[in-house]
Amino acid sequence: MSLRTPLGRVLYQGTARDGVSHWWVQRVTAVALAPLSIWLTLSLLWLPTTSYEAVTAWIGSGLHPVLLGFAVVLAAWHAWLGIQVVIEDYVAQLAWKMLLLLLSAFVNALLAASGVYAVLRIALRSVT
Amino acid sequence: MAERPLSPHVTVYKWAYTMTLSILHRVTGVALFLALIGLIAWLMAAAAGPSAYARAITTLTSLPAKCLIAIAVLALCFHFCNGLRHLAWDMGLGFERAQARRSALIVIVVALLAGAVCLYLLFGVGGAV
Repeated sequence: MSLRTPLGRVLYQGTARDGVSHWWVQRVTAVALAPLSIWLTLSLLWLPTTSYEAVTAWIGSGLHPVLLGFAVVLAAWHAWLGIQVVIEDYVAQLAWKMLLLLLSAFVNALLAASGVYAVLRIALRSVT
Repeated sequence: MAERPLSPHVTVYKWAYTMTLSILHRVTGVALFLALIGLIAWLMAAAAGPSAYARAITTLTSLPAKCLIAIAVLALCFHFCNGLRHLAWDMGLGFERAQARRSALIVIVVALLAGAVCLYLLFGVGGAV
């Protein structure tokens, strides 16, 4: 004898109906990251040295902090969606799956926040 | 949950090299997530100030770190090229077996060439690191 009603047993057993949105956002972030990753790679390779002065001057100049902050957020977002699929596919045990999905979400959110904070701190320091 | 019908395990299929690219896309994706942690750590060190940055650069220019950076660069080149291949598929292009095999070869060649150029600019004569 269960306290669950027959209706309660059948509701929400189907899809969560957000699969298309996951798929689409993964593509949108991919399309945005394609030019951004070329820009970032070439910029880093073009840096004359990796000295503190050269790196912070580059991060703080022109539109670089905007593009870099944008790239960091999109990369973390894209990573969150991608890692999620990998975990869902390969981790069979529900408890581990949930734990790793939460961990990935938190780590990627933390990465995005840290990246934006670091870029802003460098950029605003070089303004003053 | 285990009672529901499951699709056949991948090992029932005959191996085709396009499968290697498929799994490499995932492997390099996970590798790039780890590389992103490194990139953010580098940015955080630069934000923290010159002494923290100097310590970070000492770590980043050590041999193990250089190997990891090299792997990350190659992973980025592959994930970028194969990602474009996936976006083409998403638009309905290149699904024929011959086309998929040709695009796989193009991805491998372009990714290796781009990776070699990047690694040369990074670590070669007059490179940044």
